[in-house]
Amino acid sequence: MSDWSKALSGFSAASPGGGHGLDVDEPLLFEDDGPGRSGVDLPPVPKVADRLGGLRRDGRIGLPSLSEPQVIRHYTRLSQKNYSIDTGIYPLGSCTMKHNPRINEKVARLPGFADLHPLQPEATVQGALELMDALAHWLKTITGMKAVALSPAAGAHGEICGMMCIKAALEARGEHRVRVLVPESAHGTNPATAATCGYEVDPIPADARGRVDLAALKAKLGPDVAAIMLTNPNTCGLFEDQSPAIAEAVHAAGAYFYLDGANLNALLGRVRPGDLGVDCMHINLHKTFSTPHGGGGPGSGPVVLAESLARFAPLPWLVDGDEGLRLIEQKEGAAKDALGRIKAFHGQMGMFVRALAFMMSHGGAGLRQVSGDAVLNANYLLASLKDLLTPSFAGLSMHEVLFDDRFLGESGVTTLDFAKALIDEGYHPMTMYFPLIVHGALLVEPTENESKESLDRFIASMRALAERAQAGDKAFFEQAPHFAPRRRLDEVTAARKPILRWRAETKSAAAE
Amino acid sequence: MLAVIGAKSVDDLFRDVPASARLETPLDLPPGLGELEVERVMAQLAAKNLSAGAAPFFLGAGAYRHHVPAAVDYLIQRGEFLTSYTPYQPEIAQGTLQSLFEFQTQVALITDMDVANASMYDGATAAAEAVMMANRVTRRKKAILAGNLHPHYRDVIATYGRFNGFATIAVKPDPQGKDDLAALIDNATACVVVQNPGFFGEIHDFTALADTCHRAGALLVVVVTEILSLGLIKPPGAMGADIVAAEGQSIGNALDFGGPYLGLFATRDKFVRQMPGRLAGQTVDAEGKRGFVLTLSAREQHIRREKATSNICTNSGLCALAFTIHMALLGEAGFTQLAALNHAQAVKLADILSAIPGVTLVNDSFFNEFTLRLPRPAAPIAEALAEQGLLAGVPVSRLDPRPDLADLLLVAATELNTDADMAALAIGLREALR
Repeated sequence: MSDWSKALSGFSAASPGGGHGLDVDEPLLFEDDGPGRSGVDLPPVPKVADRLGGLRRDGRIGLPSLSEPQVIRHYTRLSQKNYSIDTGIYPLGSCTMKHNPRINEKVARLPGFADLHPLQPEATVQGALELMDALAHWLKTITGMKAVALSPAAGAHGEICGMMCIKAALEARGEHRVRVLVPESAHGTNPATAATCGYEVDPIPADARGRVDLAALKAKLGPDVAAIMLTNPNTCGLFEDQSPAIAEAVHAAGAYFYLDGANLNALLGRVRPGDLGVDCMHINLHKTFSTPHGGGGPGSGPVVLAESLARFAPLPWLVDGDEGLRLIEQKEGAAKDALGRIKAFHGQMGMFVRALAFMMSHGGAGLRQVSGDAVLNANYLLASLKDLLTPSFAGLSMHEVLFDDRFLGESGVTTLDFAKALIDEGYHPMTMYFPLIVHGALLVEPTENESKESLDRFIASMRALAERAQAGDKAFFEQAPHFAPRRRLDEVTAARKPILRWRAETKSAAAE
Repeated sequence: MLAVIGAKSVDDLFRDVPASARLETPLDLPPGLGELEVERVMAQLAAKNLSAGAAPFFLGAGAYRHHVPAAVDYLIQRGEFLTSYTPYQPEIAQGTLQSLFEFQTQVALITDMDVANASMYDGATAAAEAVMMANRVTRRKKAILAGNLHPHYRDVIATYGRFNGFATIAVKPDPQGKDDLAALIDNATACVVVQNPGFFGEIHDFTALADTCHRAGALLVVVVTEILSLGLIKPPGAMGADIVAAEGQSIGNALDFGGPYLGLFATRDKFVRQMPGRLAGQTVDAEGKRGFVLTLSAREQHIRREKATSNICTNSGLCALAFTIHMALLGEAGFTQLAALNHAQAVKLADILSAIPGVTLVNDSFFNEFTLRLPRPAAPIAEALAEQGLLAGVPVSRLDPRPDLADLLLVAATELNTDADMAALAIGLREALR
C-alpha cells in the first residue's frame, strides 16, 4: 500500500457516522418508517357497501410511512450518489450517453401528449398520431428504409420485433430456416434475441482488422440460415466496410440482413442503412436521439423495415384515412399478415415526443453534424491516447474507440482496476470487457457533446492513470475507487447469497 | 483537433466508409429550429388532442389516470437520476441501485410474493416473459390464457408464442368470468395465465386454481393491470400465484398515450434464477458498509448471450423510480386509502350508470372498473360522446372485435373523477341512448 493510500484509509474512519461531507449514508425507506405519517393528503373515503366479492385484503402490507419532506430528502440524497451525464463525461462505449436537452422533457409533459389515454377515440388524438407519423417520416428518411414499426419499447425489444418479421417472412415463403449468424463482437442482446425467436446462434469470427471475416461468413451461409445480425459501426468502433458485399452474400443465400442500430449515431446524415442492403434495423431513440436513459430505461426501439418485410410489421399500424390518421389494431385488410402486438399499446409516446423534438432542433444538416462531431471527438481521443494506451486495431475510429489491456503489460493492473481508478478521477468508466474479441477491452464513446476542454481533461486523467499503472502502482489501482460513495462491492457474495429485498429481519443482520 | 488526428476535414474521418455507401446529398429534412420554435410546433400538435384532464374521463382497460404528487416528477427529473445509465458501476450508482432495491421490496410486498425484479417494459411483455419463464421451470410449452385476460396481453403472449415456439390456448372471453380453466389443464401445461381484477373488472379468488395447477405440475401466472387494486383486494401471493406480471403505470406514471409504462414481475424465491430482467441485491463494500449491486447477472444477455433467460436489457428504470417515490409518499395508509377511494368512486358511478334505462352492470364484483352492457354497440356511442367532450369509457370492441362483445363498455373511476364528472357522464349516456 502506498503511503498516500494508507493516509487515506486512516481518514476514511474519521466520521463516526460514516459520512463524507455531502455524501451521507442514507437508510432504506423501510428503516425510516414511522406510524401515522403520510406524504399525501387524500380526500376521505365515502362510506359505501363494497363490491369486492368477499376478497378484501387482510392484514398489513408492510409499506413504510414517511412524510413528504422525508421522501424528498431521501431521494435527493440518493440521487447524489449517482454519476450522470449532467455530472460529467459518461464514455460508455456502445451506449451513446449524450446530453438530454431539457426542452424535450418540457414538451413531453404537455398535457396534450402526457395526459392522453391510448384508447381514446382517434378523433381526439389526431395531434398525437400526427406526431407519430412525423417521427416515422424522419426515421425512414434518416435510414433510407420503407416502413417503420414504432411500438418496440427498447433496443432489445426492437431486435425481437425485427427478427419476428424476418421469421414471418420466411414462413410466408414456406421456408424453415434454423440458424442466425452473429458476429463474436455483437451485443449480448443479439444472440439472446435470436434464441428467444427459436433460432440457433452461429458465431462469426472477426478478421485481423476487427471486421466480420467475410470468407468465414460466406462459408457459414446456407439454405438453413435465416439472417445475419450485424452492428455497424461494429462494437470495435469500426465501419464494416465490406457491408455491401455482406448484404449481397446474405441475400444470395436467401437470408435477411438485420442491422443492430445501437451505433447509428456515427452514421447520421452520412450513411443510410437502406443503401447498404439492410432489411431491418432497430433504432435506439434513447441513444441516437437523446431521450434520457433514466438509470436503465425507459427506452424506445422503433424498427425500420425494407419493403419485403413491411407487411409483417406488428400491430398497431398508423395509416392515413379519409378522416385523418388512424390506427389499424386488428389483423385485417392490408394488415392481414401483420405480427400481433408485441406490447400492450402503441409504443413509447413519451420518448417519441422527446426524440422528435431533438430531431426538429437539429434539422437534417444538424443531424449530419452530430455524426461528424461524434467521430471527430472519438478520433481526437484515439490520437491523444494511442501512444500510451493500446488501440486494438489500426487506423481511424468511428464514434467510439476500442483499447485492450496490452498497455497494462505486466503491471498486474486489470481493466477493471483501471476503470475503478477512473472513478476517483471524477469520471464514469468506459465500457469494460466488451466486445469480447479483444483482451480486457476498454470501449470509449465520448459522443458529440464533449468540448475539446472536457476531452483534454479526460485525456489528461487517462494518461496519468496509464503512466501510474505502467509504473507498477498496483495497490493503488486494486483499491480504487477511494473517493466514491462506496468502495468496491462484494458482487460474489451478492450472487451467492442473494438479498433481493428488505425484510424486517435483515435490518439487524446488516447492522452486524 | 483535426491536426492532432492528422486529418484534413471531418469528412476525411469517414474514409473507411466505401464511397458506394456514402450519402452524398443532404437528408431531405427541414432545417433545425430554435427552442422556442420547437416548443411552438409541439404545443400546436398537443393542442389538437383532447387531453384527459380537459374532459370528464372514464377510460381504463389497462391504463389508468391517477393523481401523481408533484414531488414525484420533481425528483425523477433530477439529472443524477434522469441522465444516468443502467447501474453497471455500483460505486457511483448507489442512488439508482438502492432505489431499485426499495422498488423490488415494494412490489414484493404489494403482490405478496417473495421477490420482484427491477422492471420490464410493460405489463403485457411481463406476462409474455412470465410464460417463457414458466416454460423453463416446467420444461413444458403450453400456456392456457384465461378469457378474462386483457386482449392485448393475450395477443402479445400469442405473438411471442408463435416465434418462441410455445402453444397458447386462449379461452373465449366471458364478461362474467366463469371460465372453467381447471378442466383444460393437463400434464403438458406449463402455466395458466389469469387476470385479477379481470379485464371486465370482476374480482376472483384463484386459490383453488393455483392448487389445481400445482397438482398438475403447472404454474399459475396472475396478471394485474391495475396495481392499485392490491391496496384493497386479496393479493396474488395469498392465492398461491407462482408468478405475478403486472402493469405499474397507475402509480407515479402518466397515461402518456400508452407508454412508457412499467412492467412489474414478481415470483417465488425458488424460481429466482429463472427470472428475466435485472435484479438489485444487497451486499457490502470493501470497508464492510452496506451497498447495492446488480446481481444474479449470470441469467442475463450481456453475460449468457444466447443462453440468457431473456433478451431484455434496457427496462423501465425511471418509471420504476416514479413508482417507488409515489409509493413512498403514499405509504401503507395512503396506498390503502387511495385504493378504497377508487373503489368507492366506482361503486358510486356503477350505481348511477346502471340506473339508466337499457344499461346493465355486467359484474357482480369490481375494483375501480366495471363493464356495462348497452342496448346497442358501444363504440359509436363512445365516439359520439367524445365529440361532446366526454371520454366515457373503452368499448370492448376496440380491443376485441368479437360480435358478442360489441355492446360492452368498460368504465373506470378513479380519485380524479368529481361528482360533476359522473353526473355529466350519466346525462351524456342517457341522452346518447335515448
